[in-house]
Amino acid sequence: MNYRITHRTIYEYAEPVAVSHHAARVEPRVTEAQSRTDWRITISPEPAVQVQRPDFFGNRVCFFAIQELHAKLEVTATSVVSVEARSLRAPGLSQPWEQVARRYRDPVAPEAIKPFQFVFGSPLVQPRPEFADYARASFPAGRPLLEGVLDLNRRIHTDFVYDPVATTIATPLGEVWEKRRGVCQDFAHFAIACLRSLGLPASYVSGYLRTRPPEGKPRLVGSDATHAWFSVYCEHHGWVDFDPTNNCQPSDEHITVAYGRDFSDVSPVMGILTGGGSHEVKVAVDVEPL
Amino acid sequence: MSSEIPAAILPSVPSAAATTAARARLLACYRPPSGAYDELLGPGGAVRPHWETLVRELAGHSVAELQRRWETGRRFIRDQGITYNVYGESDGLDRPWRLDPVPFVFAAEEWRELEPALIQRATLLDRVIADCHGAQRLIRSGQLPPALVYAQPDFLRPLHNVKPAGRRHLQFYAADLSRSPDGRWWVVADRTQIPTGSGYALANRLIASRMLPEAFRDLHVQRLAGFYRDTQAALAGLSPRTGGEPRVVMLTPGPYNETYFEQAYLARYLGYTLVEGQDLTVRDDHVFLKTLSGLEPVDVILRRVDDEFCDPLELRNDSMLGVPGLVEAVRRGQVAVVNSLGSGLLQSPAFMAFLPGLCRHVLGEELKLPSVATWWCGQDSAEGYVEEHFDNLILKPAFRAPAGAAPRDRAGWLKQIRWQPHAYVAQEKVPLSYAPCWEDGGFVANPVSVRVYLVACGDSYRIMPGGLARISPEPAGRFVSLQHGGASKDVWVRAEAPVAEVTLLGQGLQPVELRRVGNNLPSRLADNFFWLGRYAERADSTARLLRSALVRFNPESTGSAWPVLAPLLHTLEEHGQLAAEKSDELRQQPEALEAELLAAIFDPTRPGSLRNTADQLRRLAILVRDRTSNDLWRVLTQLDDRLTPPAGAASLLAGDAVAVLNQTLVDIASFHGLTNDNMTRAQGWRFLDMGRRIERSIQTTTFLDSVLSSPAGENLGLLEVVLEVCDCSITYRSRYNVLPQLAAVCDLVLLDDTNPRSLLFQLSQMVEHFDRLPREKLTALPGPGQRILIDCMARLRLADPRELGRAGKTAGNTEIAKVIRLIGAAMPRLSEAIAVSYFAHSSISRTGAEPAPQTEAGP
Repeated sequence: MNYRITHRTIYEYAEPVAVSHHAARVEPRVTEAQSRTDWRITISPEPAVQVQRPDFFGNRVCFFAIQELHAKLEVTATSVVSVEARSLRAPGLSQPWEQVARRYRDPVAPEAIKPFQFVFGSPLVQPRPEFADYARASFPAGRPLLEGVLDLNRRIHTDFVYDPVATTIATPLGEVWEKRRGVCQDFAHFAIACLRSLGLPASYVSGYLRTRPPEGKPRLVGSDATHAWFSVYCEHHGWVDFDPTNNCQPSDEHITVAYGRDFSDVSPVMGILTGGGSHEVKVAVDVEPL
Repeated sequence: MSSEIPAAILPSVPSAAATTAARARLLACYRPPSGAYDELLGPGGAVRPHWETLVRELAGHSVAELQRRWETGRRFIRDQGITYNVYGESDGLDRPWRLDPVPFVFAAEEWRELEPALIQRATLLDRVIADCHGAQRLIRSGQLPPALVYAQPDFLRPLHNVKPAGRRHLQFYAADLSRSPDGRWWVVADRTQIPTGSGYALANRLIASRMLPEAFRDLHVQRLAGFYRDTQAALAGLSPRTGGEPRVVMLTPGPYNETYFEQAYLARYLGYTLVEGQDLTVRDDHVFLKTLSGLEPVDVILRRVDDEFCDPLELRNDSMLGVPGLVEAVRRGQVAVVNSLGSGLLQSPAFMAFLPGLCRHVLGEELKLPSVATWWCGQDSAEGYVEEHFDNLILKPAFRAPAGAAPRDRAGWLKQIRWQPHAYVAQEKVPLSYAPCWEDGGFVANPVSVRVYLVACGDSYRIMPGGLARISPEPAGRFVSLQHGGASKDVWVRAEAPVAEVTLLGQGLQPVELRRVGNNLPSRLADNFFWLGRYAERADSTARLLRSALVRFNPESTGSAWPVLAPLLHTLEEHGQLAAEKSDELRQQPEALEAELLAAIFDPTRPGSLRNTADQLRRLAILVRDRTSNDLWRVLTQLDDRLTPPAGAASLLAGDAVAVLNQTLVDIASFHGLTNDNMTRAQGWRFLDMGRRIERSIQTTTFLDSVLSSPAGENLGLLEVVLEVCDCSITYRSRYNVLPQLAAVCDLVLLDDTNPRSLLFQLSQMVEHFDRLPREKLTALPGPGQRILIDCMARLRLADPRELGRAGKTAGNTEIAKVIRLIGAAMPRLSEAIAVSYFAHSSISRTGAEPAPQTEAGP
């Protein structure tokens, strides 16, 4: 599938901002299944400094600084990407999960080092014994890794209520767990926490999702949103994505922007302002199939 | 600082018998436990040769003489304000530094062996950090378990592959050493991120060397100044800017940090500007200092802020201590930050388990100085060992503070370790060695460890010939911590021959460029000076008002004094010294009034009380510590002591309080005298004086307004009070020779521009200050602050106090009374205008907590 994606972020500040520094991760990654033919970022007001570079995880980051007095910031990223349908892996063919977990105990083989760093706690996702207990129901002894993950993905979808007002970005994972409520980001974080609690490497993926208008209605421009899911590392297959919010395995309707240990590694547009008082933010995403 | 302690009196030569007795007395209570290494006494109980001179000289003095010297030393610590902040205590801010006067002595040959071993270790750690933050060959070749890097919160991914200034991560390094029973030194901890304590070592040296000057000379103790001179040269060499004098700043987390004193002390000693994160800004990937006259480039940042707090954009985004954009400036090579961001990585004790192997691999040498035996539980083999030898080990988190309390027992620990083995290390319990400490005129034995410091110079490291010895607060001597109340000692490293003096000043190689202005003042400091001036003046006027009230307070007849007391009390109420809700009736009861007045002096919880104002003064003095003299500090310490009510304050009488107020006024006069006489007329002084003038204008106008509005406006007694509070009694008497009259009194305290206490004088001084401030001259029109001032001046000059002579009871409605009220109301606005123009260090905020991604509808 080919898409034209527009991701617009608008900040409006109560008081003028004298200086602001930002880091934006809004450039879709090039992956095995995804290619990018066009990408552009427009920032207003014009930044005094702007530079693009890969971050530690290979995501493209745009750093910019605005040094003139301004009350509004607008960042628009447009891209044209092409996503191949991924044939779903046969989950039964993966290794038993304990065998996978054992690979990530010291000493770790050099070829396992890259995924190894996704086994540990990260700023927003700390393993906990109760997460391990929850996860174990999906991982009986000897079960192939991907079968277990698929089951975990389904259980999270069933056991947790999608509730956009129950959590904010600052809600700790423990609270999501107690309330069994949250949004896609919380579900992805929870799934990652479960897998890491079993010693398995899991990463956080940020991106977009194609939405389909109800039957017979036209597609509404700008009504899409950013999305998040998780990925698990499996020898021979590489990183395999799962979307607990929608109980599915992403194929050609999920567009990957960035991945990291958790949301804090891939926050789309973050900034530090000098001045500004309170601010309002509007995000509009449009995923247009071509 | 050179004349602080009187020179010690030289001892007369004592007889041999007396010396033996004195030695015996000195050592009478010195009993280190068996099994630990004894620093002082060798096998057989003889004093080890390198301690001999010290013991002999101490024995040569009378106990009284030594105690006297030690008292002088202790007073010095207090006067200098040498403090160490302890978290979580009400008086945590600035607890006096605890020093033991007996130095720790190193023999020259022992130090000669330690030196190359420590240099080797610093070099090794630097190389390992460089690899972890770069190619990670050590991980891939199996020399280092990857978890040690990837599981660590101190592995800062945004700094990966960023080259540090001067190609070195560890510009500074400190090691905590302890000596095991067999006499060997071990490293118990590596300080790779912010090696604290070298400033305290400097302060300790100052005190110990003055207390025992003969011993210091005879032992040929190596000097510390050379180390700091090398530090200055090394940091200057890191500046990325070519040409011009590099600007080095020390970045502090602020006065609430435990080692703030040391930071201010070192910054002053090394000649660096002490800055907080909000004093700096990044523009065009360069770092600048915000000063009163604009932005000034910064080349080198010596940081005391933990690395992850240094940049809220790329590191911890909830940090309020950092500088947004700093990481990018570092990445671009536009600023040098030392130690490098990310150098905290090697502070994890887990690395100790791998250092011998890493040393062979990286340097091709054997590790010269062993670390305390360490097992990283992430290794399967270690887990079993820990279980088996649990009782002989100390368990610790491998990485910086994971959440949750430490387990209480063996089962708890083992459960934790099984759950997250990589997050724990076990270390062998090593008993510390024992050294002599001073107590009741003799030695006692306490467990010690020694922190030593290195700085990178050229291709290698240079070691500080000295250090910080710390005494364990726990008798078993298993750990040392200043947070937990341990004291410290100076470390004396002996040289073979007498040592030459080194000084940081006047190296005489390059001619100094003459200057009349110092480095530009950071705007935050200008703010602090301004409020220092305001609070000092507030203390002065509060003390005067309270004194006048207390002098006239008579328990026998409050009623007759009331007309005079009322305006005083109303003025005090206006500024919060007295509680406003108390009615005049209540106040006329003598007991209630007396209690109120005493509370206005001593009650620290009352916002406007003298005690509270003194606290504010002290707080501000800490903030400008590196820009003010020690004398100023001493005056404020005195003021502080003065206003601490004596034990059993309930019995304090009005008469006692008057004496306290008299002394307080003398202290504040010394404060003003010092600032006027000793501070150059630079920006700091100007803001201090402006604060003082504004506050005095506010106090004078409030008080005069109360007087004019009071029904007793022409009461002779009240007019005398006005003269007294405004410190004009003598002038009035010499000038008029008649009893006070309202018009003449008002002329003197309002309009007489030769009277330094008159309102007009305050305004004229401010006009002069404004003319000299940077940026006021940039536009043709006067700025907002100047407009207020011009308006007030014009009205005041045109006022005619003679109308008061005719006004009688309606004095409160005269034109001049209106002018007084108007100026009184304008002053806070003037203060605000100054704040907006000069102190606007607006706080930072963050965005990016975008609403969580919101999609559910799926395929």
